[in-house]
Amino acid sequence: MTTPGPFAPDAALRRRQTKEKLAQGLLFTASSMSVLILAVLLGRLLWDGLPAIDWGFLTAKYSPLALLTGTTGIGDAIVASAVILVFTMLFAVPLGVAGAIYLNEYAPKGRLTRMIETTIANLAGVPSVVYGLLGLAIFVRFLQVGANMLAAALTLGVLILPIIIVSSQEALRAVPNQLRDASFGLGATKWQTVRHHVLPYALPGILTGNILALSRAAGETAPLLVIGLPVYTTMVGVGPLDPGTPLQTRIFFLASDPRATVQELAAGAVVVLLAVTLLLNLAAIVLRHRLSKRIKW
Amino acid sequence: MHEKTVEAGVLEPCLEMKGLDFWYGDTQALKGIDLVVPRHRITALIGPSGCGKSTVLRCINRMNELIEGTRHEGRIVLDGRDIFDDDVDPVALRRHIGMVFQKPNPFPKSIYDNIAYGVRLSRKVGKTEMDRVVQDALEKAHLWDEVKDRLKSPATGLSGGQQQRLCIARALAVKPRVLLMDEPCSALDPIATAKIEDLLLELRDEVTIIIVTHSMQQAARVSDYTAFFYLGELIEHGPTRRIFESPNEQLTERYITGRFG
Amino acid sequence: MTRTKTSEGTAPVDRGVPLFGRKSIDVGARGADALMRGVFFLGGVFVLFVAAAIVWVLLDNSVGFFSFVSPVEFFFHDVWHAVEGANAQYGIWPLVSGTLLVAAGAALIGLPLGLATAIYLAEYASPRIRGFLKPVIEVLAGIPSIVFGFFALAVISPLVQGATAPGTFLGGLFGNAGVFSAANAMIVVGIMVLPIVTSISEDALRSVPQHLREASLALGATRWETVRNVVLPSAVSGVAASFVLAVSRAIGETMAVTMAAGTQAKLTANPVDAIQTMTAFIAQKTSGDTPHQGPGFLSLFAVGAALFAFTFIMNVLAQRFVRRYREVET
Ligand SMILES: Nc1ncnc2c1ncn2[C@@H]1O[C@H](COP(=O)(O)OP(=O)(O)O)[C@@H](O)[C@H]1O
Ligand SMILES: [Mg+2]
Repeated sequence: MTTPGPFAPDAALRRRQTKEKLAQGLLFTASSMSVLILAVLLGRLLWDGLPAIDWGFLTAKYSPLALLTGTTGIGDAIVASAVILVFTMLFAVPLGVAGAIYLNEYAPKGRLTRMIETTIANLAGVPSVVYGLLGLAIFVRFLQVGANMLAAALTLGVLILPIIIVSSQEALRAVPNQLRDASFGLGATKWQTVRHHVLPYALPGILTGNILALSRAAGETAPLLVIGLPVYTTMVGVGPLDPGTPLQTRIFFLASDPRATVQELAAGAVVVLLAVTLLLNLAAIVLRHRLSKRIKW
Repeated sequence: MHEKTVEAGVLEPCLEMKGLDFWYGDTQALKGIDLVVPRHRITALIGPSGCGKSTVLRCINRMNELIEGTRHEGRIVLDGRDIFDDDVDPVALRRHIGMVFQKPNPFPKSIYDNIAYGVRLSRKVGKTEMDRVVQDALEKAHLWDEVKDRLKSPATGLSGGQQQRLCIARALAVKPRVLLMDEPCSALDPIATAKIEDLLLELRDEVTIIIVTHSMQQAARVSDYTAFFYLGELIEHGPTRRIFESPNEQLTERYITGRFG
Repeated sequence: MTRTKTSEGTAPVDRGVPLFGRKSIDVGARGADALMRGVFFLGGVFVLFVAAAIVWVLLDNSVGFFSFVSPVEFFFHDVWHAVEGANAQYGIWPLVSGTLLVAAGAALIGLPLGLATAIYLAEYASPRIRGFLKPVIEVLAGIPSIVFGFFALAVISPLVQGATAPGTFLGGLFGNAGVFSAANAMIVVGIMVLPIVTSISEDALRSVPQHLREASLALGATRWETVRNVVLPSAVSGVAASFVLAVSRAIGETMAVTMAAGTQAKLTANPVDAIQTMTAFIAQKTSGDTPHQGPGFLSLFAVGAALFAFTFIMNVLAQRFVRRYREVET
């Protein structure tokens, strides 16, 4: 048993195995890049941004004078973000979920349904600036809403509509058909079935999708610039028809100012935005996880 | 029962398992298997579902170690070599041990490329030689006449039985010493099954065949030796005729007569 | 939707339905049913209005634009200078070239890295590494583009400037990059499209049946040979879809590009140059004080229409690929 056995690698196989090791090494290295990038990104942003964050920064409103000394805050931007997001969701959630319910529960298999589904798939791929142009032409100018938080909310709402519809449809599709059949068997109408059986079951899934859509809207910037929402304003109103600069446009404004003190403020605002979006994502992931557990039952 | 059946002692062993244990994580799937597989004979592994037949096969070509958390003890000796020795490369080992799976699994490539695939892996082969290798393998698998005019068409267009014979040809093309077959006919109709059984009897002179089957009839029709497994243990092993006519163990008899399974 | 009682939300059955037989469906229930059907229908067809509105807005205003500027100038001239007044020039090529330059650079970075990560995840990673790597990719995918824009300015731009500083090899080859350069945008957009490639490609790779891998391995192929010769060819349309979608995203990406690449529409293929993309033009032009009329304003929509056309074609292509691999799967 000392000569090299018939199952020992010959020269050709050793070369192939070297290739295997090489491939494995390269693939691993490439995969680590994502980890490295995320670590550098989060590390650097936290390093730059955390020192800027204190109670004053989070609550003070924008003022050009304070900006000069590098002490202005993002309180008004946080309020504006909240106002815009509330109206965005008020607009998009009912429409999107209704659309999903129609497509999944009511729509006959036909041309119109196929057309709607293709349209949704295509809308999801339209660049966000184009939604900005839509908002500018339709909401700001044609409907005369003006370049304010309502126009921003409507624009973002249209933008996240495909996301909401697709994710809600997925949640509805996961509802077992026996549930519907049982309800119909008892003589319930479609709406009663949807309301009492389908929706409650699909709710966590729908919620997950909506949270992800919300997180998308919270960070989306380009369409807001395009509709002409001001990047800074000293007026602080909480009505939808007031102008307001949400976090993301405030970041754009601060980041364009090359002074180091302002860059630090921008980094602070970035950290806050990042925290909001990541927390929303996390919430969605946790919810989805619990959901998948329930389905196993 | 087959006439060529000979007693084990007369025959040269091809493969021997010695005290083979196998674990998937914490669950032990094989317990102290001692089994001698004679060269150029067909050995059938039978036993109720989950008794470890597939696990045995996948130990022989070391496919099981690709599963996370598996572990073995004991030895499998192939032609005098422990396949678990340090100098054994599983990739090299698998060239000598062909495998045919339960469901026909041709690659989504042409018939020709399916056969050529394994041959090309280890060496450069010229076109004329490859043509010969492909024809040879297809002939051995009784498929040549049916496909010789469409070698370049996709293998997935063949019928189930043809696909399975293609998979056999693919395995034969690299000239293995052992051919492992895991219920190769369970997805096929009786006619396709009969064709493959005929084929196996012819291939016996070329390779040592180990076939897992859930069909008693099939084991009786094609195999020279039969090994009966139960709950991860080898209960009984011997010439097929003896196992079927006068099993030593009651368990074997009960299984063969269909009283459980 | 808000009418659903969420307090008992997750219990799927056990909602004693008090209806037995046809008679008990009273007029009220029927009325509510018809009403809700209508409401849901409106939700369903609303997206058609949105799509129609997008197309109409882009076309209508583009037509307006072409009453000021000849299509010959727009499609064939190579200077873009969208200012108010007489010396404005509207040849779209500099914006298109800027867009394609960034997309190509991003593809060069994001596609190989994304695919390699997908292969690693689908074929090599242990469950533990997977459990760590997947969330990293998901988090990366969830980061807003304005954050990437800031990151490009704060981290990538200094790196690019350093790498192309006077005296360096790259600096000698391409010239010296300033604060804003196409290279900044290429890198950051490459990072942004990586998760798209990874998640879609990984899906495609995972949908390749395990028995094909086993067939290859049992014939004495190494894992990499199996991936290259069997798994990748079987997943090719899914991988292609991920590539096309990633490029489409790169073309449509706005904030990171606006912040990292500069504001000069310039016909160039040199990555150290500051450039402007179609998206960046739209964002930059509108965030200034532009009057809401005239060719300068209307050019936004002409550029938007061109951008829409680019991404629409790519998305249709991607959907083709996806459909093909869904078919193979079944
Ligand atoms: N990949 C695996 N992971 C964990 N347990 C497995 C795996 N494959 C098989 N087993 C277990 O090992 C035992 C033997 O399985 P197997 O060899 O497939 O049986 P057979 O082929 O005889 O039906 C069974 O209990 C089965 O559940
Ligand atoms: Mg089995």
